[in-house]
Amino acid sequence: MKDVRDALMIGRTSEGDLVRRPVSPFMLGSAYRFQISSATSILHRISGCVLGVGSLLLTLWLVCAASGDGAFSVIQAFLASWIGLVVLFGFTAALFYHFCNGIRHLAWDAGRGFDIPVMRRNGKLVFVATIILTLAFWTIAFMVW
Amino acid sequence: MSTHDKPVAVTMRRSGLSRARGLGSAKSGSAHWWAERVTSIALLPLSLYFVASVILLLGADHARMVAYMAMPWNSALFLALIFAMFYHLALGVQVIVEDYVPNEAKRLATILVLKGVILFLALASAVSVLKLAFS
Repeated sequence: MKDVRDALMIGRTSEGDLVRRPVSPFMLGSAYRFQISSATSILHRISGCVLGVGSLLLTLWLVCAASGDGAFSVIQAFLASWIGLVVLFGFTAALFYHFCNGIRHLAWDAGRGFDIPVMRRNGKLVFVATIILTLAFWTIAFMVW
Repeated sequence: MSTHDKPVAVTMRRSGLSRARGLGSAKSGSAHWWAERVTSIALLPLSLYFVASVILLLGADHARMVAYMAMPWNSALFLALIFAMFYHLALGVQVIVEDYVPNEAKRLATILVLKGVILFLALASAVSVLKLAFS
């Protein structure tokens, strides 16, 4: 034990053997079977990380725009390239997922939606909404472009 | 199902002053939690505005970008987006580091470095928007 918090992660089985409890997210697969609640939860964190990296791209885009014509045309050309489009696709999918599942989290914070069938249903709805919003965004994008 | 079914004896291991202030055992945790929620609510309309802006600015040249950001509503909304987004990011990143870095010194150092980087990105973004707004 290196940290006091480790004390919470050590327990005993009913046979009395010491066990190290698995820590999130390393319990997925090994200690926990697939559940929509854990899947939406870990994806919320992963999409948040993706958006964190995406914020770096937003900063770069704004700094290039403020730097002048030359820098801005370079970043616009990169974003319009195949690599740029793949990056932007991932960014929009993460944004729409985090947006939809974030609403779910806000509803829980307000004390609503804790019934397990309801939770499963709107968990699936988040995936469907993410796909629809992402596809809608790119359909409009290619129409406007 | 209610948690009030049975009376439960709870021993308070907090000073009377901290109880009176409503600080609880979480210290600054409740402020962190609340700020994360407030910024997320602000980001609901702001991120939709951002998505609309991205569509409007697809393939834009420099002149169009400058003209867009020079409009006061756009520069103000972008500044609001930058503030709420990077604030929310800093709070989220802190939670992730606290979950996965057990060593206290490393945890503190990682959080400070990442928050510093995030603050710098926020400043660079805001300065860029302001420069475009006033150019």
